[in-house]
Amino acid sequence: MMNKHTFMMRLLPLSFILLLLSGCGEERLTALDPYGPQAEWILDNLILSLYVMAVVIIVVFALYFIAVVKFRRKPGDNEYPKQVEGSKALELTWTIIPLFLLAILAVPTITGTYYFADTTPQAAGSSGEGEGEGVSINVTGHQYWWQFDYEDGFTSGNEVYIPVGEKVEFTLTAEDVIHSFWVPALGGKIDAIPGIENQLWLEADEPGIYKGKCAELCGPSHALMDFKVVALERDEYNSWVETMASEPAEPEENTTASEGRQVFEDQGCIGCHAVGGQGTAQGPTLTNFADRETIAGVVEYNEENLEAWIRDPQSFKQGNNMQAYPDMEDQDMDALLEYLASLEVEQPALGRQVETDGSDRIEEPQNE
Amino acid sequence: MADHVDMTKGLPSNPEKATLEGRNKFLGFWIFLSGETIMFATFFGAFLGLREGTAGGPTAEELFQLPLVFIMTMLLLTSSLTSVLAMYAMKRNNFKAMMIWMSTTVLLGLAFLGLEIYEFVEYVHHGLGYTTSAFGSSFYTLVGLHGAHVVFGLAWISTLLIRYAKSGITLTNAPKFYVASLYWHFIDVVWVFIFTVVYLMGIGGA
Amino acid sequence: MADYSAIIKEKKDKSVLMDWLTTVDHKKLGVMYLIAGTLFFLKAGLMAVFMRIQLMFPESNFLDGQTYNEFITMHGTIMLFLAATPLLFAFMNYIIPLQIGARDVAFPFVNALGFWIFFFGGLLLSVSWFFGGAPDAGWTAYVPLSAGDYGHLGMDFYVIGLQISGIGTLISAINFIVTIVNMRAPGMTMMRMPLFCWTSLVTSLLIVFAFTPLAAGLALLMLDRLFGAQFFSPDSGGNAVLWQHIFWIFGHPEVYILVLPAFGIISEVIPAFSRKRLFGYTAMVFATLIIAFLGFMVWVHHMFTVGIGPVTNSVFAIATMAIGIPTGIKIFNWLFTMWGGKLTFNTAMLCASSFVPTFVLGGVTGVMLSMVPVDYLYHDTYFVVAHFHYIIVGGIVLGLLAGLYYWYPKMFGHHLNEKLGMLMFWMFYIGFHMTFFVQHILGLIGMPRRVYTYLEGQGMDTMNLISSIGAFLMSAGIIVLVINIVYSALKSERVVVSDPWDARTLEWSTPTPIPEYNFAQVPQVRSLDPLFYEKIHGDGKMKPAEPLSDIHMPNGSILPFIIGIGMFVWGFGMIMLNMENAIITPYAVIIPGFLLTFGSMLVRSIKEDHGYHITVEELKKLEKEVS
Repeated sequence: MMNKHTFMMRLLPLSFILLLLSGCGEERLTALDPYGPQAEWILDNLILSLYVMAVVIIVVFALYFIAVVKFRRKPGDNEYPKQVEGSKALELTWTIIPLFLLAILAVPTITGTYYFADTTPQAAGSSGEGEGEGVSINVTGHQYWWQFDYEDGFTSGNEVYIPVGEKVEFTLTAEDVIHSFWVPALGGKIDAIPGIENQLWLEADEPGIYKGKCAELCGPSHALMDFKVVALERDEYNSWVETMASEPAEPEENTTASEGRQVFEDQGCIGCHAVGGQGTAQGPTLTNFADRETIAGVVEYNEENLEAWIRDPQSFKQGNNMQAYPDMEDQDMDALLEYLASLEVEQPALGRQVETDGSDRIEEPQNE
Repeated sequence: MADHVDMTKGLPSNPEKATLEGRNKFLGFWIFLSGETIMFATFFGAFLGLREGTAGGPTAEELFQLPLVFIMTMLLLTSSLTSVLAMYAMKRNNFKAMMIWMSTTVLLGLAFLGLEIYEFVEYVHHGLGYTTSAFGSSFYTLVGLHGAHVVFGLAWISTLLIRYAKSGITLTNAPKFYVASLYWHFIDVVWVFIFTVVYLMGIGGA
Repeated sequence: MADYSAIIKEKKDKSVLMDWLTTVDHKKLGVMYLIAGTLFFLKAGLMAVFMRIQLMFPESNFLDGQTYNEFITMHGTIMLFLAATPLLFAFMNYIIPLQIGARDVAFPFVNALGFWIFFFGGLLLSVSWFFGGAPDAGWTAYVPLSAGDYGHLGMDFYVIGLQISGIGTLISAINFIVTIVNMRAPGMTMMRMPLFCWTSLVTSLLIVFAFTPLAAGLALLMLDRLFGAQFFSPDSGGNAVLWQHIFWIFGHPEVYILVLPAFGIISEVIPAFSRKRLFGYTAMVFATLIIAFLGFMVWVHHMFTVGIGPVTNSVFAIATMAIGIPTGIKIFNWLFTMWGGKLTFNTAMLCASSFVPTFVLGGVTGVMLSMVPVDYLYHDTYFVVAHFHYIIVGGIVLGLLAGLYYWYPKMFGHHLNEKLGMLMFWMFYIGFHMTFFVQHILGLIGMPRRVYTYLEGQGMDTMNLISSIGAFLMSAGIIVLVINIVYSALKSERVVVSDPWDARTLEWSTPTPIPEYNFAQVPQVRSLDPLFYEKIHGDGKMKPAEPLSDIHMPNGSILPFIIGIGMFVWGFGMIMLNMENAIITPYAVIIPGFLLTFGSMLVRSIKEDHGYHITVEELKKLEKEVS
């Protein structure tokens, strides 16, 4: 973590911004409050550039306001002032001084570019606190959700779990159009492009939930393509991976949940939504669906919203690819909801600790 | 501003640049051609970026036949030469020679166009359609755009030949012929690049 | 009797309309560009207001995602291609020939053609609303979102509308270059040209070298959408990033295409109202050239997050920073033009001088954006939105407003009202900073650009509200401007002197209103700021460079208008190829449009038009009327 001095340096120009931020929810979003080495590097250099630019701004504004106040034409004064052609000395001054200012910024720009480009996952992350061997995760952007494929062979949708203090490598591509993967509190963004694989590394200093967003226009619901990064201590992460990787238990026979499972198969849900190793990832994987706090990344998870979503997904996320089931029998719907609610993997302690007040979710359908 | 060209001794030695209008046309057309160059450069760039993208369809090595393309190149180069001879005739105020050389240019251009159409038909028979692969799309677009320029150039020169069939060389039509021949040279130069970048590099696998 | 006068009136009305449709006069075309550009500007501005209403509160339902995307796309596309460009062309058309002492542009017919092609191209883009929705993939139209598989019909209007209007812009640019190079009055050397002519020349060159790649790129996208070409489909060997390269090879110079003429306007207005020559003229000229050159070397800075690799990213970052140097030179030269001058703060000068610090704010964020790793944060967020609006509104729009107030008396024969002008300036300027300053911070706290809504509780509510209120204030400022134009047309005193501002350059030596032929005798130029030179060293009037003689004038022609219609019809037919249930076969539209376009060109080519002459006698009579 940064020492107190640099923290104060950061605080200085941003104090007024922080005032505005005090009302934030618990999910970490802003890049002005970094939680990883990459985001910290970015903020440090942002502030460095602010100081350099402040020099330019102060000089220009001072010259401007002095000129505006001092050199006014008096009424009735028809004389012309002295006509000055220019000054070589001055021209040289304002060529050379900016060169130095830019050099100050050019050095970290280049070192930083290479620092960010090395995405090799690391045993103990760059902060030296992690215990595992680092993780590689494949990310695929879809209209409008994120697919996360782990090395252990399982898939997660819209929520990605990572171990704290380790450098995690993401390999990104897209299924349909270009998306951009961005977790402001942890680091920079990179585009997910169909037909191309890009790499990005992120590291979280602390356990917690970090909000991610799609930053490249990808269609009508681009604004709603949120996801979450859940950072866990290594042992909790391990146990989460273990549960996700093992085949989920089928619901017990002759329960509502097992009827729901039947509905899930009969209605063709499984054609798009995988559960464990079954089905495909056309739509978000539902293996740990009931662990999630949101449906489709933005709608608060509860039965009412889930039913509304299944009956008319377009009213929540315009242009998404899920088929609507407006006429599903209530009985079938109840069974299906029951089944979906049973899709839990062992939820690590931390995920529950970080409670949200729920205010950051869409409660009403977007457009009717 | 208006130029009054001394015509008492007959046509000046550079009739295409004798008037301000002629000079304007001359400069304007050069700028237009530099813009065209950039546009072609973009299509060349797209082709170079996509020529490996055959997506399982036919490749350049499998399709291109050097002899045919060589004949096409020779036809176009010769047509450029004849248009130079036409301009040379214009400067000597030899209207008849100019018309003959310009007409030869048109005939050679038509022959080139015929071979190009034959070539495209052949490739389609061998399985390279416009939508087959990125290679196919970018090949037909680049070479086809050049072909479209040839068509436009032929139509342009033919129109001039018909319009001024009996007028002799004047200060009005001299810049028009000159600019048209400039356009024809440009088409020729672009073809030299196509020959090198598309065909030679395609066959040589460079 | 009454019948007779009605007939005369009707005939006269008709001839006025035909006069404007057939004109090849650079001054009338300048006014037409001004009107067309203003209409498009108001339209795109209204869209911005709708977007700010939607974003005023979190999770608002005023617009849905699809409509919002159509608004952002049309707002950006119209503002850049159909508002800013024609508004700058208005001044370039009107002022350049006057400033270099020419009677018209090099190709008056092409000038008219350029206007009508641009206009009908813009119209084609605009009618997309009536055929299933406007383009919706952003003004950058990234593939695959804009390509055949995902883009809607609106994108066809984008592709073809922009191609057509781009042709108009391109041929106008060629015309400006030839005019400036070949048509200068005797003694007007390149290094005596007003800076506005210099920046217009450089802008025109940039158009020639940047609009052609755009034309190529749009052609690729059109072939993809209409004829199933595979340039951008990875499954068929295509590449989605190719479009971004082509687009930004055009797109970055486009910024300079727009901002350089604005720099030029500022460089005219500040000296005029400081009563002092431009400080460091030579440095200003070379800074312009360097900016233009570097403008082509930096396109990848729009693509840092595409994953091109650290080497390329670093090189382009350094090149981008380098642009800061010549821009800085310009800023300081403007400041030192004011320094030691005698400043008059009317509306024109307020807009021009406040441009300087405002543009610096946009410039420094530009340098900040060039730091690649930090750009991984800024990229595609509201920080970028704030940055480029500081450049475009704080730079180009302030420049345009300064130019409007400055040249208005020459163009329309009366001043714009100063009180309303001041009111407009302060409303617009304060509203502008309110709208865009907070957007820097919105970007940093996690608001991506082009989002139609944002969730509550992310700390974005207050700043978005401030931003929206600022946008309303800005719009109110523009409404005051419109009121001012109408009010001044009715109430303002007519300007009869040729030089109401006591200014410095040649356009102020012409009588107001300007006769069709601009200069009865072409002036002899003896210095930079020729009119000012004559005020100090002569009798305050330009000396003629030629005896009074017949003036050759070009004839008007309806052909440019018809070619414009032809291209509109042709383009619309092409779009119909993608319409699902078109009423008639597209070819029934394409072929007539094609024939109309090329037929008119053929007519123009075959029919020789030698123009007409204003004889010395007529000229003497006209000159007497004017003075």
